[in-house]
Amino acid sequence: MDPATGHDAVADVAVENGRIVAIGPDLDATGFEVFDATGMIVAPGFIDMHVHLREPGFEHSETIETGGRAAAAGGFTSVCCMPNTNPVNDSAVVTTYIIERARRLSPVSVFPIGAITKGSLGEELASIGAMKQAGIVAISDDGRPVMNARVMRRAMESAKAFGLPVINHCEDLNLSAGGDMHEGFESVRMGLRGIPACSEDVMVARDILLAEVTGAKYHVAHISARHSVEMVRYAKARGLNVTTEVCPHHFTLADSDILPFDSNYKMKPPLRSCFDVEAVTEGLASGAIEVIATDHAPHPGSEKMQEFERCPFGITGLETAIGLSLEQLVHKGRVSLMRMIEMFTVNPDRILTLGKGRLTVGGEADITIFDTDRKWTFDLNKSQSKSRNTPFHGREFLGGQVASIVAGKIVWQLG
Amino acid sequence: MGTGLLGIEGLDRSEIEAYLNRAKTFQSHGGSDFKKLDTLRGKMLVNLFFENSTRTRTSFEIAAKRLGADTISIASSGSSVSKGESLVDTLNTLAAMRPHAIVMRHAASGAPHFLARYLDTPIINAGDGMHEHPTQALLDALTILDHKPALEGLRVAIIGDIIHSRVARSNVHLLSKFGAQTVLCGPAPMLPQDMGKLAAGVILTNDIREAIDGADVIMMLRVQLERQHETPFPPGDYFRFYGLRPEHLALTRPDTIVMHPGPINRGREISSEVADSQRSVILNQVENGVAVRMAVLEKVMGA
Ligand SMILES: [Zn+2]
Ligand SMILES: [Zn+2]
Repeated sequence: MDPATGHDAVADVAVENGRIVAIGPDLDATGFEVFDATGMIVAPGFIDMHVHLREPGFEHSETIETGGRAAAAGGFTSVCCMPNTNPVNDSAVVTTYIIERARRLSPVSVFPIGAITKGSLGEELASIGAMKQAGIVAISDDGRPVMNARVMRRAMESAKAFGLPVINHCEDLNLSAGGDMHEGFESVRMGLRGIPACSEDVMVARDILLAEVTGAKYHVAHISARHSVEMVRYAKARGLNVTTEVCPHHFTLADSDILPFDSNYKMKPPLRSCFDVEAVTEGLASGAIEVIATDHAPHPGSEKMQEFERCPFGITGLETAIGLSLEQLVHKGRVSLMRMIEMFTVNPDRILTLGKGRLTVGGEADITIFDTDRKWTFDLNKSQSKSRNTPFHGREFLGGQVASIVAGKIVWQLG
Repeated sequence: MGTGLLGIEGLDRSEIEAYLNRAKTFQSHGGSDFKKLDTLRGKMLVNLFFENSTRTRTSFEIAAKRLGADTISIASSGSSVSKGESLVDTLNTLAAMRPHAIVMRHAASGAPHFLARYLDTPIINAGDGMHEHPTQALLDALTILDHKPALEGLRVAIIGDIIHSRVARSNVHLLSKFGAQTVLCGPAPMLPQDMGKLAAGVILTNDIREAIDGADVIMMLRVQLERQHETPFPPGDYFRFYGLRPEHLALTRPDTIVMHPGPINRGREISSEVADSQRSVILNQVENGVAVRMAVLEKVMGA
C-alpha cells in the first residue's frame, strides 16, 4: 500500500542495490532473496518526525545507536531528532556530529532538527542557515518553547527564507508553571498541580497569527488540546501552511487513565481529558491533523523512581506506535488503513521534504512491513531502547510491525 | 502491598465507622488516669517525616506508646521536596529495618503511594502534599460527633485555601460518604470549579457569609503560604474577606462549632476572639487526634 500513489494491491516488490526495481504481481524471484510478506502490509518506510535520541549529552538515557535500534524495532526507517541535547543542536558542528554518528551507528536514517534559538534559551536566533547546510530538516526549541513572540516572528522569517518548517512545542510557560499533569478534575482529585489546556491553546493561536504574518511553514508538535485542534483547522481553512502531529498516547489515554502517581504517565503535553482525546482522534479522521509522531522521550529508571512531581516529563514510544495506531484508529474504524500509513509516511515527508515515504520504482528501498491481525504483547524487557519509561508494558496488541527495511537492507525483523 | 491507610477516598463507610467507634473507646484514655496498653507490644513503628509537623508526629508517637509499640522517628533534614533526600534511598533503609508500619508525612502528593508500591510494610499517610490527610479527617469526624448526634444531614463549611489543602480533600470524601453537605469557600484562584465534582454534596462559593449561612460546622483552613507558587490573592486582603471573625459567628446558630486543623495563624485566617471562643473546639480536635491514631495503629499493626 502506498498512499502517495494510492496503490493498493497484492504485489511483489523487487529490490536491488538498495533501490526498488519493480513493483507488480507475480514478479520473477529468480536470483533474489525472498521475504515472504503474504497477508501482510508492505508500506513505504515509516517516518517518526519527533523523537529524542539524547545524544550528545544524555547517553545514559538513550544514544543514536540504541534509539535507532528502537526505531527499527518499531517499524520505522527514518526519524527526526529534536535538538534538546547537551550541547543543544544549535550549530552546524552539532548537526554534523549527529549526522556522522548516525551514519555509522544507527540502523535507520536520522534527520536532525536544529534549535530555533541559541541554547534553546529563547533569545538569540541559532545559526539556522549554517545548520540547514549541515543537514537539518526543521527548527524547533522543543521542550523550551519560544515565549517571546518577537523572537518567534524573526525565527519564522528566517526559516521561510531557508526553506525550513518551524516546529513548536506549544506551551505558555507562565500558564503551565509548576504543573505536573492536565489541569482538571483528576489533578484536583490527586492534589497535583495542573497544566491547563489553555497553556497550549494560547501559543497555538499566537503562532498561527505569526505564521500568517510571515508566510512561514509552521508545524504544531504533539497537539493534545481540543481548542488547539480547532485553531489548526481554522488556519488550514485560511490557506495557511500550518500542519500538526499527534502522539499515540494522546489519542489512546486520558487523564482519568493515569495510574495514580505513576510517573510512566507523566509527559508534556500531559494526558488530557476524554474530550481532548476525542478531539485529536476526530482531527486525525477529518484531516485537521496529518501526522502521527511518537515524541519518544527516554529517561532512565533512576529519574522516574521519584515522587511524581520530581520526575522528568516524557515516555518512550517508538515500539508501540503502530500497535496503538491500529488499535485506536484502524480497528475502531476511525481511520482507514491507507490513511494511517499516510500519516506515518508521505505526510511527514511533505512537511520536511526528506525524499522518503514513497514506494517508487527507482527510489530508495525504505520499506515497513506490518500485519493487522497478529496478537502480541509489548514486553518492556525486550525493548531496544535504553530506557524503560512507558505505560504500555504488558499491553496486548492486534497487529504490529514485522520488518523494517532501510535502503534494501533488513535492519530489523520480528524474531 | 501492605494494607495501610493511604487516604479516605478509597474507604467505605463501614471502614470509617469502625475507626471512629474504636477511637471513641480510646477517648477516655486521654486523661491522667490513662493506663498503658500492650496491644502492640514488640512491634515497631517508623515515623517518617519529610515535612515538619511536631503536632502530628507527637500525636502518632503518643498513640503508639499508649498501645505499647516502639517508635523510631526519622525526620528529614530538609522540609521541602526540592531539598529532600531521595525516596529510593529511604526505601532501601526502610526495607532493611523491617518495621511493622510506617507513618509518613511528605510534601509531595502521592509520595506514600509511591513507597507503598515497592514496600510490603503498611503505610499510614500522615499528609501527602495537597492530596490527603486521612487521620485528620477521622479526628475531625470524631470531634464533630462529640458535638452533633450524626454526620448525616449536617452542613459543613470549609473555608480557606482549598486547592492546596489535603485536609479539605480528606474531609470532603469522608463527609460525603456519610451524607453531609460540604460548602467549600475561598478566593477564586484557590477554589477550582472541579473541586465541586470531588464527591457528592459539595457546593462552592467565594462568599464567606454564604458559606457559613446555616452551617453546623465551620472548618477554617491554614493559609499554606509555603505551597503557593504565586500570590493568587493579596495577602493583605485575605483576613478581610476570608478571616473568621466574631461578626461572622453572630450570623450563625448558637450550636455552630468552629474547627481548625492547626497550627492556627491568628489574625490571618481566624481572629483570636473566635479561636478562643466557646464555639471553638480546636483543643478537642488535638485530644481526639491521639484517640483516632490509636484506632488506626491498632487496626493496621494489630493483625
Ligand atoms: Zn515537546
Ligand atoms: Zn519532544
